[in-house]
Amino acid sequence: MELPLLHLALVGTPNSGKTSLFNALTGSRQKVANYPGVTVERKEGFFVTPLGRQVSVVDLPGTYSLRGRSPDEEITRDFVLGKASGEILPDLVLCVADSTNLRLTIRLLLELKRTGRPMILVLNMFDIASRRGVSVDVNRLAKELGVPVVTSIAVRKGGTADLLALTDEISAKIPAEPSENTWRALSVAELRAAQREADRIIADCVSLPARPDTLTSRIDAVVLHPVGGLIVLAAILFVMFQAVFAWAQPLMELLQSGFDALGDFVHATLPAGLLQSFLQNGVISGVGSVIVFLPQIIIIFLFILLLEDFGYMARAAFLMDRIMGGAGLHGRAFIPLLSSFACAIPGIMATRVIDNKRDRLTTILIAPLMTCSARIPVYTLIISAFIPAKDIGGFINLQGLVMFGLYAAGITSALVVSFLIKFFMLRDYAPAPFMLELPDYKVPRLKSIAIGIYTRAKMFLQRAGTTIFSMMVLIWFLASFPQPPAGTTEPAIDFSLAAIIGKAIAPLLAPVGFNWQIAVALIPGMAAREVAVAALGTVYAIEGGKEAAEQIGQVLATKWSLATALSMLAWYIFAPQCASTLAVIRRETGSWTWMAVTFSYMLVLAYAASLLTYNVAVALGAG
Amino acid sequence: MRREMPLGLAQRGYTGVIQHLSAKDAGSALSDIELESRLIELGFVEGARVEVLHEGLVRRDPIAVRVDNITIAVRRREAMAIIVA
Ligand SMILES: Nc1nc2c(ncn2[C@@H]2O[C@H](COP(=O)(O)OP(=O)(O)OP(=O)(O)O)[C@@H](O)[C@H]2O)c(=O)[nH]1
Ligand SMILES: [Mg+2]
Repeated sequence: MELPLLHLALVGTPNSGKTSLFNALTGSRQKVANYPGVTVERKEGFFVTPLGRQVSVVDLPGTYSLRGRSPDEEITRDFVLGKASGEILPDLVLCVADSTNLRLTIRLLLELKRTGRPMILVLNMFDIASRRGVSVDVNRLAKELGVPVVTSIAVRKGGTADLLALTDEISAKIPAEPSENTWRALSVAELRAAQREADRIIADCVSLPARPDTLTSRIDAVVLHPVGGLIVLAAILFVMFQAVFAWAQPLMELLQSGFDALGDFVHATLPAGLLQSFLQNGVISGVGSVIVFLPQIIIIFLFILLLEDFGYMARAAFLMDRIMGGAGLHGRAFIPLLSSFACAIPGIMATRVIDNKRDRLTTILIAPLMTCSARIPVYTLIISAFIPAKDIGGFINLQGLVMFGLYAAGITSALVVSFLIKFFMLRDYAPAPFMLELPDYKVPRLKSIAIGIYTRAKMFLQRAGTTIFSMMVLIWFLASFPQPPAGTTEPAIDFSLAAIIGKAIAPLLAPVGFNWQIAVALIPGMAAREVAVAALGTVYAIEGGKEAAEQIGQVLATKWSLATALSMLAWYIFAPQCASTLAVIRRETGSWTWMAVTFSYMLVLAYAASLLTYNVAVALGAG
Repeated sequence: MRREMPLGLAQRGYTGVIQHLSAKDAGSALSDIELESRLIELGFVEGARVEVLHEGLVRRDPIAVRVDNITIAVRRREAMAIIVA
């Protein structure tokens, strides 16, 4: 007889290695990083045990208790208590502990026992514990707790063998009717008693080394120094934004010449006509103009992944807490905001760790102001066309500096907006507490960084192949049809739908210095910001012929004034257009209103910033 | 026997043992029960050894506290509820 699917749930304190274990068991690639609060959603995966039992395992956000204080913790609570609608209770709960730090997990486990679900205590990160000289009397611990205990090293091959064997052994004898759920929220006295009991059990079963992790304390002496720490943080961010510009250049040029060659090849082999134009102008110069930015996007992700895996993120939140507090932001908002440099969508999701509703809302509203990687193509294109690549002081690149300035402008405006929200809307605001575990540093693991980069790069290319590609087809179509009447002397594109649409909107955008080509490019930019670059590529390619297709940057330099270019940069600091971000805001706030508010305030800011930039630039003679 | 004091007033380098929690003195935005629960959930219980490892820049806030063998960042306002000696 086929046994029914066995349902496992991974529960434990934040950062104990639940997701690492989930990935090891199921072969998935869910996000793992060294700070509390990485997982904010429920994720299900499947595997087969050595004895052939089919298993479903659910990874859950970390939590210190079942009280559910923030949206992510509520997900865990509801799942464990079977409150989520249509949810089946897990057959077996894997309570995952960081073996170097058992106190909080053992207390959580005592609380979990009241739910009546069968349970295993998984002593994860056992490699680190052994290296530090922590020794655990596993048998005794199991007896004291009344649950089976197993050690595991989630990040090492074969490190979960014992757990798999134990799962088989236990699943064979899970009673059909597990004991009753007697859980209710613990009173303070019960909590205290549970922690006492946990401490007693640990004193009996675990011997701890006298010395804490000396490496962590030595690094923290510098990194958490009140002044030195902030200098280190500023330096890291500065190098990161410089690198996006400076390091990526050679690779980007390589990709660019690859696409140029491909374009030439198509041009040479196909007869002149619609197909040639579609492939060369629509596909290759459109999609290609976005794909060349892959190196930059990889660099920004590399930096963020390294910081996350090393364990720096929680420290940065600590350093920034009071400083951001001045602008009405909570320290926990730092990590979501920093991840928004990659993309605002995971950033907005990550705000689930913020328990105070108003703090969370403020963070969601300003996350799209962080310069996400989709803006990089727009910035880079314009900067390389208009800003000379001079070195300043020998090592700082002027283009990189402008890039840094744009990032800084994004951050500054986010802080200002947040300050205004606090000032006008949330007057009666008592600061919610900031409490955050600072995990020990870990050497970033090459494999997990590589996987992280690979998944991001794949996502980017997939987007280029789907969203961006289909937008390009649309743009090419609009820019090519209707075809000009025979014998006309004006450029063909002037007769196209794109020109008609663009020229209809252009008057609205004329005060900020945008021409009709930009107006057309902004519309498909709604689907994804970088499409604007691709759209400009296609429109100018069709307008200008072969030479234009190859060097969109040079074309811009001749067609736009410096004032228009700067105005476009200012626009994109705010640029409200990203449909997926708006959809996530709507989902996470549960309200159309907040989505509309975000869209409108960013649109207003974008227009105002461009208007100001353009007019100042023109007044200074850059028109 | 050292004098009792709130952890919220401790300087960097201070080491001591938690005597009791007293949420009503902290003036936190949280209710007394909620604050006390959260502190206990992070391991701040009677008898735990604490050491103030680091301080922030603005008003030396927040502080990073070693509680037995983990490090927790808290603001001084909430740390006022932790009475140490
Ligand atoms: N050396 C070692 N590192 C581990 C082990 N398990 C996890 N890690 C590391 O511990 C950190 C946290 O791992 P995660 O799997 O993200 O932890 P989590 O419990 O899912 O965290 P949250 O989702 O934030 O609750 C990562 O840096 C992992 O690489 C282990 O067994 N040994
Ligand atoms: Mg996780």
